Amino acid sequence: MAIIRVDCTSETCPVPLIETRKAIRRAQQGDIVEVTGTHPASKKEIPMAAKALGLEVLSIEEQDGVWRIRIRK
Amino acid sequence: MADKATIIVHSGDLDKLYSALIVANGALAMGMEASLFFTFWGLIRLKKGELEKGGLSRMNLFGLGRWMIRRRMKRANVASLERLMQDFKELGGKIIACDMTMEIMGIKLEDLKEDLITDCGAVGTYLEEARQSKINLFI
Repeated sequence: MAIIRVDCTSETCPVPLIETRKAIRRAQQGDIVEVTGTHPASKKEIPMAAKALGLEVLSIEEQDGVWRIRIRK
Repeated sequence: MADKATIIVHSGDLDKLYSALIVANGALAMGMEASLFFTFWGLIRLKKGELEKGGLSRMNLFGLGRWMIRRRMKRANVASLERLMQDFKELGGKIIACDMTMEIMGIKLEDLKEDLITDCGAVGTYLEEARQSKINLFI
């Protein structure tokens, strides 16, 4: 099991969503995709996308405007 | 079968191409399939070196509006159309070039960025995509 980290800091719509999707495609079953970013709407939309893909969102955290979302494939 | 979004890209305007590519990439990111059917002024943007060349659909002001919007987009770190197109292909999106537009505008397949194009077709090809799609847009 690996952790795939995606840094989308200072990226705007739709890049965080696209980069998350790319990482999920690369990941093996059981891997964790960890996305960090600053685009506010993506914090809400990445978990929506994960749910639509039938994946489990492990955590959503935010500190000083930087969020981190962890998704298990 | 996954849900699908099909968009007719009729406009070659910069702002409208952004709308089409952002929605299409969003659909792929959310686990849908996506097809873009390029026709008329949209198809011109598939010619080599033309993707980023469109003006604005409003307030273009002979290119001044376009220049201002592009500057602001750069400052806001908005991805280029080129990048959104590459992402769209990488995530499995389909691009269909309109046969009739190619004929009436005298565009040959080799004038277009062939690596992007999945298929050439007419209205029947579009309808086969559209009838299976939950989201159908004309931009």
